[in-house]
Order: sequence, then C-alpha cells, then structure tokens
Amino acid sequence: MSGNNIDETTLRSRQTLIIGIGNPYRKDDDVGLYVARKVRETGLENIDVVEGVGDGIALLNVWEGASRVIVIDSVISGREPGSVYCFDAINEEIPTDLFTGYSTHSISVVDALELAKVLGKLPQRMILYGIEGNEFSLGVGLSPQVQKTADKLVERIIEECRL
Amino acid sequence: MKSRTIKVDYLARVEGEGGLNIRIKDDKVVDVKLRIFEPPRFFEAFLRDRKYTEPPDITARICGICPVAYQMSSSHALETACGVSVDGVLRKLRRLIYCGEWIESHVLHIYMLHAPDFLGYQDAIEMAKDYPDVVQRGLRLKKIGNDIVTLLGGREIHPINVRLGGFYKVPTNSELKALEEHLEWAVDAALETVRWTGTLPFPDFEQDYEFVSLRHPDEYPFNEGRVVSNKGIDITADQFLDYFEEQHVKHSTSLHSVVKDRGEYLVGPLARYNLNFDKLPSSVQQAAKEAGIAETCNNPFKSIIVRSVETLFACHEALAIVKDYNRPKKPCLEVKPRAATGHWCTEAPRGLLYHHYTIDDDGVIQDARIIAPTSQNQKAVEKDLLGFVQKNLHLSQEDLTWQCEQMVRNYDPCISCSCHFLKLNIERE
Repeated sequence: MSGNNIDETTLRSRQTLIIGIGNPYRKDDDVGLYVARKVRETGLENIDVVEGVGDGIALLNVWEGASRVIVIDSVISGREPGSVYCFDAINEEIPTDLFTGYSTHSISVVDALELAKVLGKLPQRMILYGIEGNEFSLGVGLSPQVQKTADKLVERIIEECRL
Repeated sequence: MKSRTIKVDYLARVEGEGGLNIRIKDDKVVDVKLRIFEPPRFFEAFLRDRKYTEPPDITARICGICPVAYQMSSSHALETACGVSVDGVLRKLRRLIYCGEWIESHVLHIYMLHAPDFLGYQDAIEMAKDYPDVVQRGLRLKKIGNDIVTLLGGREIHPINVRLGGFYKVPTNSELKALEEHLEWAVDAALETVRWTGTLPFPDFEQDYEFVSLRHPDEYPFNEGRVVSNKGIDITADQFLDYFEEQHVKHSTSLHSVVKDRGEYLVGPLARYNLNFDKLPSSVQQAAKEAGIAETCNNPFKSIIVRSVETLFACHEALAIVKDYNRPKKPCLEVKPRAATGHWCTEAPRGLLYHHYTIDDDGVIQDARIIAPTSQNQKAVEKDLLGFVQKNLHLSQEDLTWQCEQMVRNYDPCISCSCHFLKLNIERE
C-alpha cells in the first residue's frame, strides 16, 4: 500500500515496512519518497510502503508492531551531496540535528523515535537512512548525485528485503 | 539606573519563526515586542485571478495544523457570494471535520507543547519519561482527531476532499459508524484530560480582555454565528472590516489587528468559552467547573483547561453526529458563480478566521482578504507579557524568561498562518 491512508492492521500483518519522508516539491527533499516509491514499484511481497507521513507523531502509530522498519529521509550535514548515513535506530544514538523537523508544531523523525523509545513503541528492528541533499529550493527532480545514490539504495533495500 | 532585557531569540514549541524582546528600565517594563520574522507569504495576492472554486485547496496550504479552518472559511465566504447555503447532513459533516481538527490541534497543544511548561520539562519527550500513561492518552486522543480529518478530508494534513457546496465524496454509513467506538473512548479520555489539566499549577494572573468570537443561537460555534465581544460588538461577518483593522508594525511580518478606536482583543478558546459557556452541554459545563474554571476565565495560563474542555465538547459533538449519520444522496450542492463579494468567519482552533472574496460573473477572483487568528492575537500577547513581567520582576532572569515563553505558548500561536503583508505603495519623487 502507499500514500497517507495508513491501514495499521495491514501493516502489522506484514514483515517489512518502508517509510519514505520528504516534500516532493522541494527537489532533493523528495529523495525519501523517491526511494520508497521505487521499492513499491518492484512489487516485492511481504513489504509495505508508506510514501510520506504528514504528521511526525503519526509515525508512532505507523511503525508500532512492525517487525522491521526502514525509514529514508534527506539530510543536510555539509557532506558531499549523495552521501548516505545509515543508523541502527534501535541501538545507535542519532544526531538530532541531522534529521530536522519540518514543523515545530509537529515532530521530526528523530523526535518520534525518542518518544517511541520512552513509550516502548519501537519496532523490533529499524534502519534509518539519511541521504545528503544538494538542492532544496522549490521544484521537482533530484540532483544527479542524489539520484545516483537513491537508485543504489533502492537496490540495496530490495536485496535486504529478499534476505 | 538599572536596566534589564529579556530576550528569547527563537521561540520553541510554536509554529513558525518568532522571537521575543522585553526591555525593563528602573523596574518598569518599557517595551515588549513579539518579533515575527517568518517571511510574508502573499496568499491573498496569488488568489487573485484564480477560479472561485480554488480557495479551499489553496488556502488550506496556509497551515498544516488548521487547514480545515481555511477550507471552511473560504468555502462559506464563496458560497455566500454565490447565494448558496449548505444545510442538513452536509452541514453536520462540516461540523464533524472541524471537530476532528479541534481535537488534533488542541490535544497536540495540551500534551506536547503546553503541559511540559507547567510541569517543568523541556519537552514532551522528557515529560513522557515520568508521565508515560498521560502522553499515551494524548497520542491516542490526537489520533482520533486525525482519523476524523482523514476519513472526511481524504488525508490528515491538507485535506483534499472539501469543495464549495460540500465534499467531493461523503463517507458511507459503515465508514462513519467505525468511528463510534473510538469516539466513546475519546469522550472518557477527554474528560480525564480536563481533570488532569485542572490539577496543573497556574500562575496567578488575570487580564481584562475584550473577547471576540462567533456566537450562534443554538450551538457552540464552529462554522456559523455573529461576531460578538464582551464589550458590545455584535455584528455579521460582512461588517468585520468596519469594526476591526489590521496595522503594520515594524518588528513583525505579521499584521496586528485591533478593534477600531479601541485596541487589542483576544480570539481563541478563552474567548469562545467566555462568550459561549451557555451553549456547552451540561456535562461539559460540569467538567469545566470541577476542573476549577467558572463560567468566565480571565487567566490566559488556564487556556490549557479551556482547550481540554473544548476537546471534550468536540468529542461529544463528533459522537452525536456519527450516531445520527445517514449518508446524503449527493456529496455537494451546485455553486454557480455570480459577481459578488462574500464574507465569512469560522472558528479555527486558535480563534476567529475571517475570509472575504470578490468574484466576477465568471467566478474569477478579483480580491481576497484573510485575517488569521494569530495575527489578531499579537497585540494581546504583547499586553499579557507587559502585565505579567511588570508583576513578576522579582523572579530570576531564568524563571522569568521561562514563564514569558510559556505565556506566548498560552496562545498556541501559529506564526506561519499570521504572516501576510500589507499592500505596498512605492512613491518616488
């Protein structure tokens, strides 16, 4: 399934949940959604894909009960565009300034993760990918370096899901 | 001469970008400025020349927290211009989606943004370590608000199913029925929330406000009513600009609204509650009284209790609408354009939201005006701060700064919503 209408019952009955986060109209900020979409298009079984969650707090409900979750978002850290960060979100400390919230009335991925830790609402396994973006102005389409990384990440995620 | 400055460069737990400057000289507060530096957004300008059917979708983008309010005010204003009135089940569904927005917005503010202030935590994550059950209750309650907006609006943020005359698609009886059991839980959880907020410690501070909100003869207001105040205003929305005006101030990209020839006023939960207490169901009135607020409440810090009372009301109202629902044959009424101007106000979670549109015979928008609740409250926030700081100069810098931020958060300001811009005239000599 995809989109914003999240059927939690369906999600919990499946194995891996892929969550892409971003704004499709802010160029490289689309990268999380792009990866999620590409993974969905492969039609792999036992995978659920959520492209965009409008409300950071809703992430807690989306991933609760899933056995394995993969989240993909863009980051701005000053590294080379297209660089990839990969965190074991259950066991590693994640720098809070890397995945910033899009709204102070909502919460960021990392905040949602922290809140889920405190409330015992984490999935069993969770990988958080951050892809360094280059261009976040208004418009559509990924920068070439980001596109290249995103396509490699799609392959890597598909491979992981097949295991 | 002793002077002291309180400066908060960047306000946390509010929507949008703002800061605060307070100057104290010889134990007297000489200047308070809520600085809004969120860039202006020009929504009114780019609505011009668009089709009359577009504002519900375009203006919803002004705010991620209260898009329904923008959809409701714009739809009503344009329907009025076109001589259409939406009634019956479709009217009830509009109240229902508004209930959803009030629940999600109020609960977010109560649990995630405001309660940590009263209990001395930096944020809700810290608070959740000591109050996990309370935060869980808040998250579940908020989700029910989101679910209502998702069901009726198509998605939880920036809904896409609202249109002039009603909705693109209305839910089936069974889809709405599925909410019933959740709303029954929500009524109990909201009552617990009222009781819990009533136990928080409140600074002793009251102001003589001019409260402004809608008032409807039969119901607690969402979509309809006259614009009234406790100081004599009682008008229709089309008289709004005769009584209220927006002023540009140098330190803010948000305009400041005032009652003409009088000054600041207050919109939002506290105003609605004070002007419409008699329209709340008796069980909700009782809960408010038990939580320690009487029929009138002038302490802005207690707005957290009032928000929880309104949440309880919204859960009651939503449950009643869901129980009574019978799917209408058509999801919307036809709205044909004609050259006219339409004005309307509805009650966003943060208060009165005024829209007006002038369209031509082909339905092309000639003029648009939007006055958001946060900009209406800017002056009241500054006056509260002035009064509060003056009374609490004995506090340490740290405590006073903390309480000033808390004071701003009493309003749950949505700074992003409030930023539009005055018409710009350049004169060259």
